[in-house]
Amino acid sequence: MNEIALQAVGLVRRIEGAVSHTLVNGIDLAVNKGEFVAITGPSGSGKSSLLYLLGLLDAPTDGEVIICGQPTSKLSEDDRAHVRLTKCGFVFQFHFLLPEFTSLENVLLPMRAEGKMSEKDMQARGLDLLGSLGLQDHAQKRPNQLSGGQRQRVAIARALSNRPEIIVADEPTGALDTSSTEQVFSILREIADQGRTVVVVTHDPALAARADRRLHIVDGKIAQTFEGQKLAPEPTVAAPTDL
Amino acid sequence: MAGNLLVNIAWTHVTTRVRQTLVGMAGVAMGVGFTIMMAGLMEGSQIDFLRQLVDTMPHVTVQDERRAAPVQPADREYGAVQMSNVANVNNRPGIRYPESMMASLRSWLPGDVAPSVRTTAIIDHGGRVGITLIGIDPRLEVRVSKLASQMREGQVSDLQRAPNAVIIGVALADKLAIKTGDTVSLIGGQGTQVSATVVGMFRSGLKRVDEGQIYATLGTAQVMIGQSGIVNELRVRLNNPLIADVIAKRVEGQIGYKSVSWQEANSDLLSSFAVRDFIVLTVMGAMLLTSSFATYNIISTITNEKRQDIAIMKSLGMRETAVRSIFIMEAAIIGLVGMIAGWAIGYALCYGWSQITIYNTLTGTNVPISIYYSPRHYLIAGGISLLCCTGAAFFPARKATRVHPVEIIRGAS
Ligand SMILES: Nc1ncnc2c1ncn2[C@@H]1O[C@H](COP(=O)(O)OP(=O)(O)O)[C@@H](O)[C@H]1O
Ligand SMILES: [Mg+2]
Repeated sequence: MNEIALQAVGLVRRIEGAVSHTLVNGIDLAVNKGEFVAITGPSGSGKSSLLYLLGLLDAPTDGEVIICGQPTSKLSEDDRAHVRLTKCGFVFQFHFLLPEFTSLENVLLPMRAEGKMSEKDMQARGLDLLGSLGLQDHAQKRPNQLSGGQRQRVAIARALSNRPEIIVADEPTGALDTSSTEQVFSILREIADQGRTVVVVTHDPALAARADRRLHIVDGKIAQTFEGQKLAPEPTVAAPTDL
Repeated sequence: MAGNLLVNIAWTHVTTRVRQTLVGMAGVAMGVGFTIMMAGLMEGSQIDFLRQLVDTMPHVTVQDERRAAPVQPADREYGAVQMSNVANVNNRPGIRYPESMMASLRSWLPGDVAPSVRTTAIIDHGGRVGITLIGIDPRLEVRVSKLASQMREGQVSDLQRAPNAVIIGVALADKLAIKTGDTVSLIGGQGTQVSATVVGMFRSGLKRVDEGQIYATLGTAQVMIGQSGIVNELRVRLNNPLIADVIAKRVEGQIGYKSVSWQEANSDLLSSFAVRDFIVLTVMGAMLLTSSFATYNIISTITNEKRQDIAIMKSLGMRETAVRSIFIMEAAIIGLVGMIAGWAIGYALCYGWSQITIYNTLTGTNVPISIYYSPRHYLIAGGISLLCCTGAAFFPARKATRVHPVEIIRGAS
């Protein structure tokens, strides 16, 4: 029996206004620990909205998100922030790195925010992470000195820094060229293979094809589920150790 | 949440915007500097003035009257009768047994006391000027007034050299073209006329004293008033003039005569000082507030530019208050550096002013502008401007960090 890392029960997100809009319309979902789930669907179907709910970035109008067994609907904003800090890693289409800080400092940010490790351990882990994503030579560079693919890998390293259970990524390769896209795919696959739960929104059928499960969303609902599409990946970067 | 991280981010934001930051710091520095200068000038001139006043005036004056009008004989006879317009018989009663009263006051008073006779007279030397004549005991006078140190010609003890000797103010001497050694005539209220020799001149620095007050011996004054042996004033000098109010009350309670502290005698002046203080404080507060506007501007700009950073920090799991504190700290950094620069500017301005001397027509000397240096000025000006800066940052910071990260992330993707 697989351990459930992330669960959604009757998830609804509605925007009330002059014209009410239902972004997510009743989604039930359970993602196992170490599972790689891809979410696909037409533009505007509610994929991002669902992902924000799963990552506790947004709060549902109705329903419940359970992270590692912990229901989250009744948590305060600060408690939700703490769950995000310790259990969820985010990767977006845009890298959102802090421009004045080096790659290493950006990766250290969540660790420093949590403040549990010694500075020395944080530095060591930060360099390890950057090294495992092929960025050992770029640790002291600022975002504007990096290529798009490198920035996105720094963002992934940052998402991983607090060893979160869950990685949520919203079209992480949407702005990347083919070879960078391939690198990011492999990294995400590897993260899942090492036991983390990965949920990725993507338009790219090649990435979706590497997932353990693919959910197709239409109008805020799961329209179709494709299981067991796991293909043998061919990593193009050296297999990272301990992400 | 690790505080270093927040300080680190704040520091980075501030140091990557050197020009803006410097403008903000300059604003604060100006505000603090000018406030310190104003406070120093204002308090300096006030203290200077009060010091002169306190030096020249008795700290407490015991007068030969009571605060309540004396009870009329008819009042005692007919308790129920209502009377009005009864003339209050005034025959200058004088202070009874002044020697024993002074002895009893000396037993506890933190200072000294001397007798005097105060009366009004006209001095005639070609022209006539109304003056206050104060009869003093030259030996005791030195203990209760600075007259001895204010002498410009002659000495206080010279009063005993000639039969009717007077010491007059320099300003009065100029007015009537009197020189030391001249003979003047004094005309008393009762029509008594005495010719007196000017044996000395003083300059107190207070116009009304230097022009309108002259000194003679007790005897001469008693002749002028037409009551021999009378003493109508005891003048007290205290080691600490600031407690004159309290001492005056105690003296009055003990001996029953009206005792007026220098504060009471100058209460109109002191209350006009209070009004002036209030106005100046308001202006200084406004100055400090205005000086933090630049900081408000900078923090507004930074928070606007940093919307994405704010969103990502929040989405990564940093609490809203923590993210907000970054921007408050930025304002505090600007405020702190500005404050220290302002202290330097304030000190420099004060020093500059103190180098300037102004010709005083009354005393005929070049007097430096008095500046009062007080750590209090620095602490208050600095404290208020720090508060204004962090306060000014609070609102833009709160506004920016309240924004839901999803709004920004959606907008950027
Ligand atoms: N705050 C909002 N108010 C109104 N409509 C919104 C809001 N946020 C998103 N939407 C709309 O909701 C739909 C779902 O958005 P999203 O989850 O981003 O879709 P996807 O990621 O699948 O493209 C879109 O049509 C979008 O325009
Ligand atoms: Mg989307």
